[in-house]
Amino acid sequence: MLRYTLRRLLQLVGVVLVLSMLIFGWLRALPGGPVSALLGERGTEEARRELTAQLGLDQPIFVQYGKFLGRALSGDFGASTGVQPGDSAIEIFLQRFPATVELSVVAIVLAVLFGIPLGYLAARRRGGWLDNLGVVGSLVGVAVPVFFLAFLLKYLFAVQLGWLPASGRQTGGLDATRVTGFFVLDGLLTREWDAAADALAHLVLPAMALATIPFAVIFRITRAAVLDVLDEDYVRTAESKGLTTSVIRRRHVLRNAMLPVVTTIGLQTGALLAGAVLTEKVFAFPGLGEALALGFERRDYPVLQLMIIMAAMVYVLVNLVVDLSYAVIDPRVRTR
Amino acid sequence: MALLDVSDLSVVFQRRGEPPFTAVDGVSFSVEPGQTVGLVGESGCGKSVTSLAIMGLLPRRGAVVTGSVRFEGAELLSLSARQMRDRRGRDLGMVFQDPLSSLNPVIAIGLQVTEVLERHRGMPRRQAMVEAADLLDKVGIPDPRRRLDEYPHQLSGGMRQRALIAMALACRPRLLIADEPTTALDVTIQAQILALLAELVRDTGTALIMITHDLGVVAGLCDEVNVLYGGRVVERARRHELFRRPRHPYTHGLLASIPRLDAPRGERLVPIRGSVADNIPWDHGCAFAPRCPNALGTCVEVTPQMDEEDGRLLRCHNPVQENQEVPA
Repeated sequence: MLRYTLRRLLQLVGVVLVLSMLIFGWLRALPGGPVSALLGERGTEEARRELTAQLGLDQPIFVQYGKFLGRALSGDFGASTGVQPGDSAIEIFLQRFPATVELSVVAIVLAVLFGIPLGYLAARRRGGWLDNLGVVGSLVGVAVPVFFLAFLLKYLFAVQLGWLPASGRQTGGLDATRVTGFFVLDGLLTREWDAAADALAHLVLPAMALATIPFAVIFRITRAAVLDVLDEDYVRTAESKGLTTSVIRRRHVLRNAMLPVVTTIGLQTGALLAGAVLTEKVFAFPGLGEALALGFERRDYPVLQLMIIMAAMVYVLVNLVVDLSYAVIDPRVRTR
Repeated sequence: MALLDVSDLSVVFQRRGEPPFTAVDGVSFSVEPGQTVGLVGESGCGKSVTSLAIMGLLPRRGAVVTGSVRFEGAELLSLSARQMRDRRGRDLGMVFQDPLSSLNPVIAIGLQVTEVLERHRGMPRRQAMVEAADLLDKVGIPDPRRRLDEYPHQLSGGMRQRALIAMALACRPRLLIADEPTTALDVTIQAQILALLAELVRDTGTALIMITHDLGVVAGLCDEVNVLYGGRVVERARRHELFRRPRHPYTHGLLASIPRLDAPRGERLVPIRGSVADNIPWDHGCAFAPRCPNALGTCVEVTPQMDEEDGRLLRCHNPVQENQEVPA
């Protein structure tokens, strides 16, 4: 198991290296660039040349990449040119990473908390109203674009009803103490309950928007997996032993049905960043997604490079955790 | 009083958009305490559905069960799902056909045994583990303590079936139903498992319903044999009488299609022609008539009734006579 984990971590190094090359080249192949973004259309030829040299963009791309890699290995990913000009990319990342993690965790917890039980119930009462509603509803959930849903939620619950805040991570005047950068956690740690509640209220709408697709996918996979398992001989064996329904459900049905569901949760967690870009944009939620969108607008190479590499690392790590959790659930994987 | 008294048991499957399908059509038989009774027939004859109906394991929706199943005088068919759940595993145990798929792949063998003990005998986990090791030992699993922590995929086919038998017998039920328990196993293992079952039911006084398509299995084990065709019992007799003198052409055909070591060399096996029809036409004559070498005109017109003759039950207009050569 340890060897396996180490091998996977080693693979991660290769993935990150190749990805850094691709993203480096690809960003520079995009039309426009930080110089045009900073100076606009009306920058003089001279000013453009000067800025290009200053950013080191006049050098051959291999040289640029070599320098980038050298600095990156010592933890320096350069300074932001557009998102928060002058701040180091790392600083921006560290500032925003907790926001997106907080949002993603709430979203995935919502998706799992609703997706698995509802998927199970739909399968148990196959063809019933809950099943039909769930299947149609989850199809709609996957089909409706995230940004549209985000706007809809914002308009209804924030603008019309005024129940929840429309944007940001926390109300400005609260003067909350910062400890970890996770605002809800900070509030709990410092016993500033109002700050924690306020941060949580800010999370509800974006998390709901972000959770729809993972919820829909987890619901459908759970339903299908439970339907498969219910037909298995070992469930009939468990019934023939007269076990209670709760034992059969927990130990014999759900435990086996969880295998494909866990994979799905991993994939959906990894894919959350894509949804976070749109959701954070709509709710002006200062996380990675918003920075990524802004970074593309302003061709902020250092910020984009770092964020995309980190996103890929998180994706690979999440999937490693999924594969390892497989071994916990399924003994057949363990002995291999 | 019989331990189990099945009378006029019928199971009709009803699915939306499909005509109802009768799988079991008025089956009656009884099992005395400690007795071993065989239910024999081809696939589709209703033998497995009969056993599932007795166990209360048929789906609540879509399967209509009528008739009566009395266990120690108590009607099982009128019990609630919860009451039946209390009885399964405690009063009635069951062993299924495929031991690999019948075991939960992600749960250790030990827990799969102890969960029955915890449920019905209220044993705490630790005590149940000791008992489970003892049970595995009794069914001939070597090194049972180590096996408790192992998973089904780590056991051989024979071991798995032994473990399933241990689970079914854990609470010392008065009745064990074994549904083709050896079909998925190697021939050498088959004999071991049958010997084990015979030994266990003898030692514990458990009654056994043996469900099989293999008359060879019946020959070594059963006191009484019910031959099923098309959801009905067509012949019932004591084991020796049935083998010495099969009266129903179907039983005769089953016996004739088994290879025998004492048959003259070069003698051909006699197969039964055709296969079981999808729906069972017992309302227009005998269901076996289309495949029957003995069929007469009345066979396709009048449905044969169950008649008793010299201690056996027979449902046939033109039974096989002694020394009759049945044409293939």
